[in-house]
Amino acid sequence: MSNENTIIHPSRASGLTRTLSNLLRSREIAVAAVIVVIVVLTTLKSHGFVFSSDGWRNLLVTPSLLIVLAVGQAAVIITRNVDLSVGSTLGLTAYLVGKVFIANPGMPAFMAFVIGLAFGAALGLINGVLVAFGRVPAMVITLGTLYIYRGVFLSWAGSNRVNASDFPSGFNSLGTNSLIGIPVLTIIALILMAVVGYYLRTARSGRELYAIGSDPDAAHLYGLPVTRRVLVAFVLSGALAGLAGVIYAARYGTVSSGAGSGMELQAVGAAVIGGVAIAGGVGTVWGAALGALLLVTINQALPIVGISDFWQKAVVGALIIGAIVLDRILAARQERALIAARDRARLDTPTTVKAGSPA
Amino acid sequence: MSTATATPPAKESSRSYQSYAHPWWRRTLLTREFAIIGLLVVVYLYSMINVANFDSPLTPYYLFLDIAPILLIALPMTMVMVTGEIDLSVASVVGLSSVLVGVLHRDANMSIPTAALVAILIGAVCGALNGYLVAYVGLPSLAVTIGSMALYRGIAQGLLGTEAVTDFPKKWTDLAKDRIFGDGSSFPMILIPFLILLVLSVWLLHYSTAGRGIFEIGLNKEAAHFTGVNVELTKFWLFIFAGAVSALAGVFYTLRFGSARGDNATGLELQVIAAVVLGGVSVFGGRGAYHGVIAGVVLIGVISSAMRLEGQTVNVINIVIGVLLVLSVISTSFLAWVSRWLHSRSGGTGPTSPLRRAVAEGN
Repeated sequence: MSNENTIIHPSRASGLTRTLSNLLRSREIAVAAVIVVIVVLTTLKSHGFVFSSDGWRNLLVTPSLLIVLAVGQAAVIITRNVDLSVGSTLGLTAYLVGKVFIANPGMPAFMAFVIGLAFGAALGLINGVLVAFGRVPAMVITLGTLYIYRGVFLSWAGSNRVNASDFPSGFNSLGTNSLIGIPVLTIIALILMAVVGYYLRTARSGRELYAIGSDPDAAHLYGLPVTRRVLVAFVLSGALAGLAGVIYAARYGTVSSGAGSGMELQAVGAAVIGGVAIAGGVGTVWGAALGALLLVTINQALPIVGISDFWQKAVVGALIIGAIVLDRILAARQERALIAARDRARLDTPTTVKAGSPA
Repeated sequence: MSTATATPPAKESSRSYQSYAHPWWRRTLLTREFAIIGLLVVVYLYSMINVANFDSPLTPYYLFLDIAPILLIALPMTMVMVTGEIDLSVASVVGLSSVLVGVLHRDANMSIPTAALVAILIGAVCGALNGYLVAYVGLPSLAVTIGSMALYRGIAQGLLGTEAVTDFPKKWTDLAKDRIFGDGSSFPMILIPFLILLVLSVWLLHYSTAGRGIFEIGLNKEAAHFTGVNVELTKFWLFIFAGAVSALAGVFYTLRFGSARGDNATGLELQVIAAVVLGGVSVFGGRGAYHGVIAGVVLIGVISSAMRLEGQTVNVINIVIGVLLVLSVISTSFLAWVSRWLHSRSGGTGPTSPLRRAVAEGN
């Protein structure tokens, strides 16, 4: 196709300026700026928020759990689905890892991650098979598996729990160790985010997830393997929820039957705040991770600035609503700009419209 | 202009002659709704015969008390879901209205009816905020109500913290547990407001012009708009209805347990949605009927109460409800797949033109 037919011409600015201006206008930067503002204001109020060793550690390690969940959730939401079962998957996997450690006390710590990954992926596979092959709404299926996984967890664990003493010291120390001042669990979460983000941004199959989310029917007609890609997205989300379960066990040491309940909506909320559109096809994994970081940071900052943490949920809710309203306003502005550009193009060259239409 | 001329597979089932190719009794009885009603009858009879104490009059009394909030909220939720939207914030409105009744009664010395009225009004305002954002701003209801779910629950917890208000007048807490036909009957008082709302909702959804508009919005929003349905206003009012009824359920919840707490009815929204979907309402909108929804709610109630009498814990009940929910949606596409397979085996009788096939496969 020649350039004459395109309504919006490619920018003539240099690659660097374009990247910079895109970056500055991106949702991710806005969320990051809000996080920085919150951290700075809270630190002015109480220096311990950042500058004590405990404060610094908590600030970094607490979000790692939600970041991992939000990354998986983002991949699913981008395909125009949703995975409500991640909280139950997290709890069930955390408990399983504890039980495995009790049965084999000598197991090396990295095996916990292998088990968590595999088990979470298996639970995700169940969701994926039901959604992709059954061609039924993901929300209903994962609502069902939310109940099922949680029910299995509750009847297995009952009032029992796995304690810190059941885990080998090598595993527990994962929750407290740091590398060059950054907690190990945070590093793990960041690596997972980077890998999934790189896959979604560069891999062909990753880009196809966006195509499927933008228009499933068009993706199908175009020949994309919609069923398989959606399946993979759910397996990914399950595997990450499983890893989050392992992180949960390492971070808190105890796993009781309430572990992870309600996390699914936090994960969806984090993705939405980070700019992942619930209608699919839009958003990045870094955005979702920043959304998670914002939610957790607010949670930690509120008690310090003197707002009772009972109000924390209200603030989070207001933030989610604010984020989607903002999205809507920006989208409407862009739509108007596109329509104006189209009208201009029609007025300038009336023949191009004819040339573009099928014979 | 340069749009593709190929017709994409239609999402909604298109009305065709096949809908009317069978006698009315087959069209009525061979539906999702009657499958659920049949299942309810089977489970009920099985429990009557096999579960000890299930036939005592106390069982249905507690069953109705337990499912009353779900029954109430399922009424507006059905209509909201028929328009293709969803309201996840209902349980938070229940919690908020519970806290409001407690706080207004304790700190503002309001009588229970006044406090309840204020709570219901605020519930309607909560619904109006959802409705405004969904209908007029045009935001996806799933995202909006995830946000407002956290917002309303947060306000409830912020107002009361970890406290609980428990000093309600005995007259009112007894009324919540009272029975309709004197002692020993198995029908609690709460069924009266429920039945009034049920009649109203059935008339509105199935027998009024507005109801046809609600279905039309769920099937095709643009078509609804062009046939004169006020899409925005309809959705707006449905969300207000959902908020007000949830607040009413919150008042009942508070008085029944005699306790107003910020975390009352956490997770109730998922139970309501599970029951409504089980009752045959499509989450894509445009499909559903009240006899199925009521059967879905009662089915979940009967299963829970029978399993509890059998000594099962709430965990196993959760598993059963989850499996039922998955099966109920999977069965539809599975049956469609089977019938397609049978058609293609018998050869030639199935849809032949590419368009017809696309439509059939899209279902």
